[in-house]
Amino acid sequence: MQEPNAETVATSPEAVARHLAGSRYLADDSLATAIFLAIRLGKPLLLEGAPGVGKTEAAKAIAQLLGRDLVRLQCYEGIDAAHALYEWNYQRQLLAIRHAGEHEIDIYDDRFLIARPLLQVLRAPEQRVLLVDEIDRSDHEFEALLLEFLSDFQISIPERGTIRAEAQPIVILTSNRTRELAEALRRRCVYHWIGYPDAEREAAIIMLRAGDVAETTARAVAAAVQEIRVRPLAKPPGISEAVEWANAATILEKGGSPWPQAFRRAIGVLIKDEEDLSAIAPELGQIVEEALG
Amino acid sequence: MMRQGTLPLASAPFLDFARLLRRHAFAVAPEQVCSFMQAVTLLGPRSMADIREAALATLAPPPDRRGEFEAHFRDHFHGDGQPSVEGEEDEETRIKDDGGTREKESETMRQEKGGELSSAIEQLSSRDFLRDDDGLGPFRRKLASALPARRSFRTVRTHSRGKLDLRRSLREIVSADGDIPSPQLRRRQTVARKLLILIDVSGSMKLHTADYLKLGHAAVQGADRAEIFTFGTRLTRITSALRIRDRDQALARAAALVDDWDGGTRMGPTLLAFLSVPRFSAFARGAAVIILSDALERGDHADLETAMRRLSARAFRLSLATPLAGDPRFLPTTAALRAILPDLDDLIDGSSLGSLTDFVLSLARPAPAASAIWKRVS
Repeated sequence: MQEPNAETVATSPEAVARHLAGSRYLADDSLATAIFLAIRLGKPLLLEGAPGVGKTEAAKAIAQLLGRDLVRLQCYEGIDAAHALYEWNYQRQLLAIRHAGEHEIDIYDDRFLIARPLLQVLRAPEQRVLLVDEIDRSDHEFEALLLEFLSDFQISIPERGTIRAEAQPIVILTSNRTRELAEALRRRCVYHWIGYPDAEREAAIIMLRAGDVAETTARAVAAAVQEIRVRPLAKPPGISEAVEWANAATILEKGGSPWPQAFRRAIGVLIKDEEDLSAIAPELGQIVEEALG
Repeated sequence: MMRQGTLPLASAPFLDFARLLRRHAFAVAPEQVCSFMQAVTLLGPRSMADIREAALATLAPPPDRRGEFEAHFRDHFHGDGQPSVEGEEDEETRIKDDGGTREKESETMRQEKGGELSSAIEQLSSRDFLRDDDGLGPFRRKLASALPARRSFRTVRTHSRGKLDLRRSLREIVSADGDIPSPQLRRRQTVARKLLILIDVSGSMKLHTADYLKLGHAAVQGADRAEIFTFGTRLTRITSALRIRDRDQALARAAALVDDWDGGTRMGPTLLAFLSVPRFSAFARGAAVIILSDALERGDHADLETAMRRLSARAFRLSLATPLAGDPRFLPTTAALRAILPDLDDLIDGSSLGSLTDFVLSLARPAPAASAIWKRVS
């Protein structure tokens, strides 16, 4: 079967939204438009938003809709070129020098080069989807290092020269906004801020993602989670926590717990901070009752 | 001479919009304007909504200026009149902070000894700062090296006590034609911890807020990573304003951002609002956190206690500098202070710039916990 072409899938924002829904990801009009533009303009897509709103899931869904492999680069403090671009296999180089004796060898040969995610993506014969996850966790220097890659889809290896992409990758960057990103990075990307979905969309996401959850349960969970998120919690629940809550409550209900009690007993999968739990506990009964309404 | 190409007439509104944004200090690069017009073409456009989506995706306004961006868009493309752009709050803060409605309901019922000077009523006003020499130059210069340090995951070259750096060692070997010179070593780098200063701008702190803002400006200028917030009845991040090198300009810009000068205090709820925004609470993680406030929380201090406990769990060191401690007879006897004392690493005199700068410069040195010191005093 022929692989779908990015341009044939992304004919319009509506088509992108439709294809994403096929990959079990519900995108609103704004996100679908941003994905459509990123694909058609050939630019990286920068997704920012609170933890748990579905940024990484969006990247996975894009890879799925395009039928491409996803290469993930998880960022962290201290990540550098050796972790993201390439590294020389020094042990093998040393052994090769020793074995070569008087003969001349090229220690910068391909067999000594360890390709890290960015180089893997560039050298792949087919288009890949690259996810640079949580770029805000990396240092400013790493952000600067990415600029060449993001603007021209190429990297320079001093010993080998410049390597250009054989098939231009689709790049998605995510950020939880724990720090501000450089303007230079932002302007190279198509940008989208993902907020928490409204109750209706969240209910639809729960229906799509959860295993065996009734529509009324999904709606009740979505309504209760919206109510819980407006409170000043240390860790507001994300969408995946809402899905888990709906699943857990359904299992408990099938095991014999009546509805409000099933929700209250399953709260541990929604709120994962002890202080948040004690803050929400006195009001939880009322929130659930109203949501079940 | 090469004849300059002319752009189609239809592109004029888009170019004008980019110019308008630049006039209002939005960073819009020429390549973004090209992408904007390409995006509009790709989307049809079928409606104004398409143009708006194209503008948001390609011109990438920062989330905290999104409201301002939208106002300019409406003004330019819909002709809605002059947009209001002053003192915009961070979107996330607005969602989490209830604006003091809970406190207003119970205001009349609450009384507490020591809280007479404080109020939770919101009073919005503006503030001007006088030009003077702050004498904070030495503080600025010493700050970066005086802050507590931690080991980073980044490494630096070292001559002893490090791990073998194979990359550099191999380069040496190759350049020495296979001879093995002394090995190159690397060690994990030490970096200064973040500095987070939360400044109380309520009425009871009126005499000190000007000095505190000067300290905040010096901290942003001197430290690698410093974040400054103000709180009274609201929470406002003023770090970006204080990044301007000229102190008077920076303070004037910060003054315009803060709406709740000299009003009431809702210390507990505003600190909880700070903690509930992941982006903000990340500033506190592993940081030296200094709260400049008299901590006179009127009424119930449960929120303040919760907030301080959470801050203390996140921070490397949590300090409260109160001007009341400038009085030699001061004791932490109010219920709020007694409740938060176990969570504090330091409870110090915040009545003068001199004592504050000395304290900030001593943050790297260990000190007994605040509760131990004040138990001895009382």
